[in-house]
Amino acid sequence: MMPRAKLKAQKVEAANALLDGRALPQGGAWITRARSDAEQRVRDMGLPTKRDEYWRYTDPRRLTSADVVAGALHDTQGEAPAFDAFDRVKLVFVDGVFDADASDPMALDGVEICQLSQAAMTDLHWARDIYGALEARGQSPVERPLASLNTAYATEGVLIRVTGKPAKPISLIYQRKSETSDAMVHHVIRVESGAEATILENGPFATRFNQVMEVDIADGGTLHHIRAQGRDHERAGSAHFFARLGAGSHLKSFTLTANGALIRNDSVIWLDGGEGSAHVAGATVGDGAFHHDDTVFITHGAPRCESRQVFKKVLRHGAVGVFQGKILVDQIAQLTDGYQISQSLLLDEDAQFLAKPELEIYADDVKCSHGSTSGEIDSNQLFYLRARGVPEDTAKTLLVLAFLAEALDEIADPAYAEDLRARLEAWFERRG
Amino acid sequence: MLEINNLHAELEEDSGVKILKGLSLTIKPGEVHAIMGPNGSGKSTLSYVLSGRDGYEVTEGSATLEGVDLLEMEPEERAAAGLFLAFQYPVEIPGVGNMTFLRTAVNAQRKARGEEELSAGEFLKVVRAKAKELQIDAEMLKRPVNVGFSGGEKKRNEILQMAMLEPKMCILDETDSGLDVDAMKLVSDGVNALRDAGRSFLVITHYQRLLNHIQPDVVHIMSEGRIIKTGGPELALEVEENGYADLMAEAQA
Repeated sequence: MMPRAKLKAQKVEAANALLDGRALPQGGAWITRARSDAEQRVRDMGLPTKRDEYWRYTDPRRLTSADVVAGALHDTQGEAPAFDAFDRVKLVFVDGVFDADASDPMALDGVEICQLSQAAMTDLHWARDIYGALEARGQSPVERPLASLNTAYATEGVLIRVTGKPAKPISLIYQRKSETSDAMVHHVIRVESGAEATILENGPFATRFNQVMEVDIADGGTLHHIRAQGRDHERAGSAHFFARLGAGSHLKSFTLTANGALIRNDSVIWLDGGEGSAHVAGATVGDGAFHHDDTVFITHGAPRCESRQVFKKVLRHGAVGVFQGKILVDQIAQLTDGYQISQSLLLDEDAQFLAKPELEIYADDVKCSHGSTSGEIDSNQLFYLRARGVPEDTAKTLLVLAFLAEALDEIADPAYAEDLRARLEAWFERRG
Repeated sequence: MLEINNLHAELEEDSGVKILKGLSLTIKPGEVHAIMGPNGSGKSTLSYVLSGRDGYEVTEGSATLEGVDLLEMEPEERAAAGLFLAFQYPVEIPGVGNMTFLRTAVNAQRKARGEEELSAGEFLKVVRAKAKELQIDAEMLKRPVNVGFSGGEKKRNEILQMAMLEPKMCILDETDSGLDVDAMKLVSDGVNALRDAGRSFLVITHYQRLLNHIQPDVVHIMSEGRIIKTGGPELALEVEENGYADLMAEAQA
């Protein structure tokens, strides 16, 4: 076993090697400070390695290497992109670069939207209290150097300030057109008091991506976040979602992941005010060379809050799914209601599910439950369906969709849930 | 309709455990046959072997439905050919709505038989009418299959499936188990409504009381994997009065 100090020195050395000689992007005073602070954090923490506690199940090398592993472009076989049928404000990024021509005007009642690249050139911006600030807060107690790297070097992204209840969702669309793209995108979302919005994200992003979304929800605000990552096999990426919730505010964040060589999704959430709620859910389908990691950390820092983590993974042909989920309940957070479930359905003996559920509770009057299971298709259910005339493949698809339903049910608007469910059904029908 | 000839079956696991040991039975169109027998006589195994459940190996004999070999078919093919098993323990399927399940099953069978699939509207009309007869409310139709259903609701749901699928040969595996008197009447009325000249029933039960509601044409007594006696409805009454012991002793003599 390598001594701790030596491991740390190696991590720092790797960070310095990656960053030395790399200039921070140009920008105004507020962002330059945020970027240089973040760069220093990366140098202090070093780059992640598989020896780190939260990278034990997922090797980060492909995410930290100097060069991108090239990946062939994905043939969608005519499948329409997610959320295609919905009326929304579309903001398109191609290989991580904002494409104004392909995007809708950034005008919608109840929302202010601007590009990070433009805001960065101003000396003062509302986002300065959030940009890099939530990411920095999220470095403790678990280090997340990839997110700091993003804060330091990202030049693309949007800053969204929700002041009312916009009539349409804001849809962030990530297209991949290059076999070697290496994207870094950083979004900031501020939901003002009493405001409510829906943010959609979809698309394969880039050959390699590093995304950070920082979300600040003021008292009584509500954010719905629905993300569809898929179904491009040849890409790798890391997405960090940091969210701070004020009193009486609500967050629902759902992610569908289909395929991907290596995807790591970190969600870091703080319930800072009383009587708030945060629901984080994910449905994952992986077939073949697929490694998917959901790492969730929810901190109850105020009384009478509710949190739910619902993660479901369907895996086969060597696909690997990881779940690391934590509920931390501070001493002050009495009457916390915390729930966490992570389940995998292994469709053959080659697939693998690794789960690490954790509870850390310092308050004495709380309700927290967690469970993690791994299983195969129930043979009684399968026979029952077949005995009614449902062919075996159809019956299996029905049962797999039923397994994923609890996660999809976390999406508040059933229209979006149905859009994603139909895609999953098509995915299984295509794959047989 | 159903012809079973010298059927032998054993468990795939624990190989060597023989359950059916030369069972023969012929059911003509429109007939209702009952099979009675003590625990462990192989009644439920017969229903599983006929419907194609994994875990049993047929070592000898045959079973045909309208002359077609059942044992060579997948479970879904047997269903499409007209065989229906009402389960002793209907299975709960969380996450699959009862309506979705019914419609998928009805249309899968129609498709397998080369018939046109029912539209959502047509299906809804039919299912509502049939559900009403069985006192199955809209709420039960919306819920996931059998999840949170009482014993009686589960059995009524089985009969609703039977009514929707309109099979030729219905096997009822201890449909009376777990039912109170009112529920038994409701379920039996549902079954009786489906009786017609082109449809046959095989009713598996421990007790004679179900046969007061669903009157059989023929009663078989099963013991140790075989039919040991066949008679009319009076045979069921004899069992009710004297138990199986006399009949079993008689068979061994």
